[in-house]
Amino acid sequence: MDRLIELLPDFWKAAGETLYMTTIALAMAGVLGTIIGIGLYVTRPGGLMPNRPIGLLIGLLVNFFRPIPFVIFLAVLQPFTRLVIGTGIGINAGAFAIGIAAAFAIGRIVEQHLVSVSPGVIEAARAMGAGPWRILLTVVMPEALGPLILGYTFVVVALIDMTAMAGAVGGGGLGAFALVYGFRQFEPLVMWAAIVLIVVFVHLVQSVGTWLARAIMRR
Amino acid sequence: MPIVSLSSVTKTYPPTGRDTAEVVAVDDVSLDIEKGDVYGIIGYSGAGKSTLVRLINALEPATSGRITVDGVDVTALSERELRRVRGGIGMIFQQFNLFSAKTVKANIAYPLKLAGWSRGDIDARVDELLRFVGLADKARSYPEQLSGGQKQRVGIARALATRPAILLADEATSALDPQTTHEVLDLLARVNREQGVTIVVITHEMDVIQTLATKVAVMEKGRVVEQGDVFEVFSRPRNPASQRFVGTVIKGIPSPAEQASLRARHRGRLVTFSFRDGDSSQARVFLDLAEAGLEFELVYGGINDIRGRAFGHLTLAIRGEDAAVDAALTTIRSHATVTEIDDPAEAPGRAERSGRAEPSGRGEGVR
Repeated sequence: MDRLIELLPDFWKAAGETLYMTTIALAMAGVLGTIIGIGLYVTRPGGLMPNRPIGLLIGLLVNFFRPIPFVIFLAVLQPFTRLVIGTGIGINAGAFAIGIAAAFAIGRIVEQHLVSVSPGVIEAARAMGAGPWRILLTVVMPEALGPLILGYTFVVVALIDMTAMAGAVGGGGLGAFALVYGFRQFEPLVMWAAIVLIVVFVHLVQSVGTWLARAIMRR
Repeated sequence: MPIVSLSSVTKTYPPTGRDTAEVVAVDDVSLDIEKGDVYGIIGYSGAGKSTLVRLINALEPATSGRITVDGVDVTALSERELRRVRGGIGMIFQQFNLFSAKTVKANIAYPLKLAGWSRGDIDARVDELLRFVGLADKARSYPEQLSGGQKQRVGIARALATRPAILLADEATSALDPQTTHEVLDLLARVNREQGVTIVVITHEMDVIQTLATKVAVMEKGRVVEQGDVFEVFSRPRNPASQRFVGTVIKGIPSPAEQASLRARHRGRLVTFSFRDGDSSQARVFLDLAEAGLEFELVYGGINDIRGRAFGHLTLAIRGEDAAVDAALTTIRSHATVTEIDDPAEAPGRAERSGRAEPSGRGEGVR
């Protein structure tokens, strides 16, 4: 317990880093992933803007990057990370790598939720004379918004998991804190304090996401 | 000039697999829909009627043939130009297809926003439409809070928002119970009557045609096998498919099983007389039979009313000398349609037949 109190400033700093990395990564992956997801969705055969070559290309890219285990992905991405961020370690580099990796996962999640929008509703909009972009932005996205928020929430939980891994290779955050000060120094209390805080984060994010999705879907 | 005209229109879909043939959904269809018509298109599922209606607003491009809507050849237009044409054609659907994330008001306002109406005009128009369909209190509700009938009324309000000249109804009542179906059909009739909107109704239910349509086309395997005035098609269906559909709502012609049952219960020759408003008279038939001194009884039949005109089928068991019966039937045949039901026990060819094929409609008893 004394050790934990002693480490408290580092603990809060680590918590702040986890929040920072998660937020940056989510913003990045959210934007990139949504674009990828929309790309996959609209280019599908029979989609809003069917385009087989582009659809295949995006699909191939996603399928190539998504299965790479994140720890390895971090290493693979290092040269690119250094190019963009200026360094390969630290929370900014970690957030960047997480953002790229999560974008591909979000891409598939977004695609799935967009596909589940009723084709009849899209046909109704077409019958009224709406064009494909208009249908995407004013019909498909609003119709899928509730499930999309649940999808993003699901991803945030995975992102927190990824920050721990990024932390292990020099990214900082609660995961690194638990490993360095808890696990390696035989301080179970320190480790558990970090775990509990991560659980609290996850729970808060999940609650907000569920509440938001419910409010939008009115269920 | 017809408001919608199809000439030799065909729609084929490419084969789905290596071993399958291409699918001909609509096969060489020609039909004209006049302004103010309620044009019914009936057929079983897979007959191609849903594809046909989507050719009219070019949601599906035709493979060949010409389709003109309000004088414009839609087969020659670009996608961008088609969007403007579609804005002038309302459409309602079996599953309503309301935007679940939008309120009733926003659903109805959507096509108006597309058409570039101002906010004030949209508000006024939405209020007017909500009152017209009787949902003035539901503006802020979401579709999931409405019953099926209310959803379809919102669908109708949304389809009529931009004051289209044509309304396409694709199985608009097929997901509704009979009572609600009736309400929606009444509303559609009012749309046609009060606003002069030409309506194209796709359905597999003959009673929808019977209550709403003025003209009807019967579709089977992608082809229009019979078309014409509703009274004509109902009172004298010529195609076997039409006869089956007419038989689902028109009572009066005994089925083969019922013929056997009638024969077992009644002596004499069974003859069906078909009457149509304007060209034949029941009274004269009975008079002719009585004058020939024949004994007869009414064993089966029904009189139907289609848009204020009546027609019906009455089956009588007639007893008397064969020659006397034949003579009476010859007389009657000059002013009414006569169909003698053959007795399978006797040699074929004895009974004289009227010129038209034996009706194959089914009846459920005397009405």
